[in-house]
Amino acid sequence: MTFSKKFCGVMGAVGLSLLAAAPALAAGPIKAPDAAAMATMVNKGDVAWMLISSALVLMMSIPGLALFYGGLVRTKNMLSILMQVFTIVSVAGLVWCCWGYSIAFTSGGTNPFFGGLSKAFLMGVDGTTWAATFSNNVYLPEFVFVVFQMTFAMITPALIVGAFAERVKFSSLIVFVVAWLTVIYFPMAHMVWYWAGPDFLVDAPTDYGLLWGWGALDFAGGTVVHINAGIAGLVGAIMIGKRVGFPKEPMPPHSLTMTMIGASLLWVGWFGFNAGSNLEANAVTGVAFINTMVATCAAAVSWSLVEQVHHGKASLLGAVTGAVAGLVAITPAAGFAAPMTSIALGFIVSPICYIFVAFVKGKVGYDDSLDVFGVHCIGGIVGAIATGIVAAPSLGGQGVFDYTVFPAGFHPEAYSIAGQVWIQIKAVVFTLLFSGIGSAILYFIIDKTMGLRPNVEAEMEGLDLSSHGERAYNY
Amino acid sequence: MKLVMAIIKPFKLDDVREALSSLGIAGMTVSEVKGFGRQKGQTEIYRGAEYSTNMVPKIKIEVVCDDDLAPRVVEATQQAANSGAIGDGKIFVLDVGQAVRIRTGETGETAL
Repeated sequence: MTFSKKFCGVMGAVGLSLLAAAPALAAGPIKAPDAAAMATMVNKGDVAWMLISSALVLMMSIPGLALFYGGLVRTKNMLSILMQVFTIVSVAGLVWCCWGYSIAFTSGGTNPFFGGLSKAFLMGVDGTTWAATFSNNVYLPEFVFVVFQMTFAMITPALIVGAFAERVKFSSLIVFVVAWLTVIYFPMAHMVWYWAGPDFLVDAPTDYGLLWGWGALDFAGGTVVHINAGIAGLVGAIMIGKRVGFPKEPMPPHSLTMTMIGASLLWVGWFGFNAGSNLEANAVTGVAFINTMVATCAAAVSWSLVEQVHHGKASLLGAVTGAVAGLVAITPAAGFAAPMTSIALGFIVSPICYIFVAFVKGKVGYDDSLDVFGVHCIGGIVGAIATGIVAAPSLGGQGVFDYTVFPAGFHPEAYSIAGQVWIQIKAVVFTLLFSGIGSAILYFIIDKTMGLRPNVEAEMEGLDLSSHGERAYNY
Repeated sequence: MKLVMAIIKPFKLDDVREALSSLGIAGMTVSEVKGFGRQKGQTEIYRGAEYSTNMVPKIKIEVVCDDDLAPRVVEATQQAANSGAIGDGKIFVLDVGQAVRIRTGETGETAL
């Protein structure tokens, strides 16, 4: 068996798990383990939890996100949403194996923006290679890490389609997704989540992605997934243009039943997304799990209260939208916050998203069909910035670990809320600019070559029939 | 023969059916319809976007009966469907030229 150094941690911090690994620490990092040492480095509980988490995140996309979005469009476009999400998931899985994993999770050498192609087509990855976690001398089988991260690459581009739902050309969309994954998502994942790992950073203290190096905290994908997809969606909604008839013609959701089912599947799947992002099954996993639960409860209640005050009626769509906003907001903070600060975050995020969905969209006049920007981007920004606050040990947060020493150091007294919030803001602005500008260039090229939009007749007829030749419902 | 056509509030359907059954009416046709009258439409709000629907859902009942029974059908329907609020609906009575029972070919009132 060969031990291939794999450099694939996910963001910094996090380390109650260090205690669990303590017995193995005395001898120092195990860099060339023999079979006996390896048996102590991989935990069956971790492996089982991470494989279940991977399946849970897949469930978020299909059917969760597909039904959540699908219920919100008109009957004539239901099937197109289901098909777009299903196809994006399938295509993203292929792209991930071919070059995505390598670009995201191999070292870029002195280049902090993207990794190399040494693991393209999963070259050199097999049943005997390992991926780092956040604990010294604790590893995952590399395939487990590959498939877990694959599910993130599947759902992120699928999130985008909600912004220009009901008016995009299918073939162009799929080409866009492949290009967007390659030049936006994989580099973002590399910049935020790639680092040498707790046993290797000591020897390679600059081997990390750009934002990880800044010290930006993103537990499960506030910047990489939600801000990234949200701003790409907004740019797409503006460049593709408004739906025919928007905003004069009523475009009410065709099935809030489907939307509620989808949102609930998202909530359940999100435990794999957030708690799974700890890469181990330990105390911090429990922290991320309970934070994900309670922030979502708070945000759902908060959105309902806002509606009750503003309209006199609390709506189901409002409650489930609030829940999704809460899930988005807690994503970057899941493993850093404490339950009560997570609840505060949930209560705050809903009114802010509500302002964007109910007022800003109408005032500015963009047609973000399913509020990808208003919920995912804005919720992601709130969560990313708030992570700098709720991670503070003085507020019960988990703080940040120093992986430049072995074993990793923990200095809660050194945590600066102001300093961390400033880093978080820089990470948010960077993501908005990188993804916003990069996506605009991709949309422009595809619009000029393939065309992004079906013709007016096809759009009026509905994308189900005009793009796919079938209907969602035949009564 | 008369066709009694009534547009009523959906939740009044069972009351009307019971009232007409007790008169000996053996069959009716019911459709879900939409329309507007003096009753205002409804306002729906989705994530802050307000849509006013100016068509209100109603139930349309069609009953064919002999001429003598028609006034009592109208009266029973009017009383059973009445909630006292606007939007209770309307009743129309039309003459029917012919009726045929498809299975047997019987015509006229015996086909009812």
